[in-house]
Amino acid sequence: MPDVITANRLADGVVVFQTADGAWSEDFNRATVCSDAVATKAALARAADDMTRNLVVDAYAFAVETRNGHVVPKALREAIRAAGPTVRRDLGKQAHGLAPHSGPAAFGEA
Amino acid sequence: MYHYDDFDQAFVAARVAQFRDQVARRLSGELTEEQFRPHRLMNGLYLQLHSYMLRVAVPYGTLNARQMRKLADIARAYDRGYGHFTTRQNIQYNWPALKHVPDILAELAAVEMHAIQTSGNCIRNVTADHFAGVAHDEIADPRPYAEILRQWSSLHPEFSFLPRKFKIAVNGAAHDRAVIQAHDIGLQIVRDEAGELGFTVYVGGGLGRSPFIGRKVREFLPERDLLGYVEAILRVYNLEGRRDNKFKARIKILLHEKTLETLKDEIEAEFAERDATLLDLPQSEVARVAAFFAPPALEPKKPGSDRVERRKGKDARFASFFAANVTAHKQPGYVVVTVSLKPIGAPPGDASADQMDAVADLAEDYSHDEIRVSHEQNLILPHVALDDLPAVYDRLASVGLATPNAGQISDIIACPGLDYCTLATARSIPVAERIAQKFGDGAKAKAVGPLKIKISGCINACGHHHVGHIGILGLERAGEETYQITLGGSGDETAAIGQIVGPGFSSENVVGAVETLVETYMGLRTSEAETFLDAFRRVGLAPFKEALYERSAGSDI
Repeated sequence: MPDVITANRLADGVVVFQTADGAWSEDFNRATVCSDAVATKAALARAADDMTRNLVVDAYAFAVETRNGHVVPKALREAIRAAGPTVRRDLGKQAHGLAPHSGPAAFGEA
Repeated sequence: MYHYDDFDQAFVAARVAQFRDQVARRLSGELTEEQFRPHRLMNGLYLQLHSYMLRVAVPYGTLNARQMRKLADIARAYDRGYGHFTTRQNIQYNWPALKHVPDILAELAAVEMHAIQTSGNCIRNVTADHFAGVAHDEIADPRPYAEILRQWSSLHPEFSFLPRKFKIAVNGAAHDRAVIQAHDIGLQIVRDEAGELGFTVYVGGGLGRSPFIGRKVREFLPERDLLGYVEAILRVYNLEGRRDNKFKARIKILLHEKTLETLKDEIEAEFAERDATLLDLPQSEVARVAAFFAPPALEPKKPGSDRVERRKGKDARFASFFAANVTAHKQPGYVVVTVSLKPIGAPPGDASADQMDAVADLAEDYSHDEIRVSHEQNLILPHVALDDLPAVYDRLASVGLATPNAGQISDIIACPGLDYCTLATARSIPVAERIAQKFGDGAKAKAVGPLKIKISGCINACGHHHVGHIGILGLERAGEETYQITLGGSGDETAAIGQIVGPGFSSENVVGAVETLVETYMGLRTSEAETFLDAFRRVGLAPFKEALYERSAGSDI
């Protein structure tokens, strides 16, 4: 299953995603997609280095899927984490145009 | 209210300096996350779904205008312009940066506040009846005892690494507004036949994945023995509570595994061994602390108010507010005003910085500088002169805080759920918002009568769903949110754990299910005076189950 690597930035807690050059972006849409388990393992190893270097904390991989031509988080939890609270659209990444292009069907029905 | 002395101020200042140093060492890499985590948790700092989250203690839910303004200032300067009041009478900020937290704690210390022990495996913020000191059915104000417990438990070296968190609540009135039987220790103030003041002690209550109602371990504990007995309970728990499985680590499980009689015997044996010279509460100290909570000198007033009656006669919305949000004060001519943080269609418990400032102003102008936070996620103005009520109402209405729904079906407790919480399995707030929209705060809600709905977004039960008259537990099944409903729970002196009514409902259908339950209740109640809980206790699950699963389309899970 394709994965994206995420973490929180140590100093301010902001949710970040690993990019193709091994850096971290606040924008889910700039995340690199690990297409298989080998790629996920290698990306997690890079994330572990960044945790050791005290750049980020709590790094982990989560599943993504392609919907309407866009890569989106598969689970509601990750969709909310990548966008912001569904009950406060004025807050979080969604308020700055950084949300995933479209979320799982359940997302946003509130 | 209590005011810090030099010792308290130095104690809190030292703690801020210590955490400032810990944060600096974490940011520089000197401390690893694993080393740092217990330190940040002991200072109320979590890492949540979107960001860090800082939980600030509001001891027993009492604060003054200056403190509320500081909470507003922090929301503006360091967060996103709002805060979230919680079921432990605390406030949470959802977006602080780690690097700013020492400054936030310093700001809090400047107004005698802190975030100590709002997280971690220690004795948490001691809670109390939010109508303390003003309730007409009060035996004694619970806050002096809550304050004594707070001082005793703050950084207590023996009890800073308990098997799991530990929650204490104190109630001082005949009616339990502090949910004491859902606490690790619940203390009910009573008087014995001789008129001496003491406590009925409950142990082992708790919600979460294994809900239990507390069991009585002492019918009457004399006031002087408060600390000695609480220490005995904690010592038995600290030594024998399980540390191998965090889900079985609370004292409720120890009680369940040992049986009540064995646990009682062990507590009494430990109590007999106490150092009475150290732990017996001196009367002078009780009096010293109690003096901080002496009622304000309220000018005598006549019991009624023509001004209020005239307004009620011409303003239905004000009349609804009076009926739902205004409670009798023990002194005639005064009332207790519940400021609902449950506007229809908005997250329960949230208040903007401007709203906090408005409540602070009102407290200064009309409530002797006192504000309370209730475990039901509302604010209270405890000492309002009846004649001032129209003015207070108008000012509350001008900032969106006059929702006339206290105690009604739209006054819902909801945990932050999957919108904010890293542990959640489903969202809570949107369900609360939709139920509130369905019933509103007008005639429909009024016709339903008192009904407590409580919603949790996972099995940890922060939304107290087990003790909701209607409880809703959000779970995740096959990637979808699903909601399990319990009925007949209660958090007052008739405490009970709700019973699961049957299979769960989808997010789409859960509000309809609640509507079916309410319609069923209204159809079978003997009169409007029979509340949902009374009716449930009379008829049991069967009619509700039948309405949900046989007469209607039933569960869709």
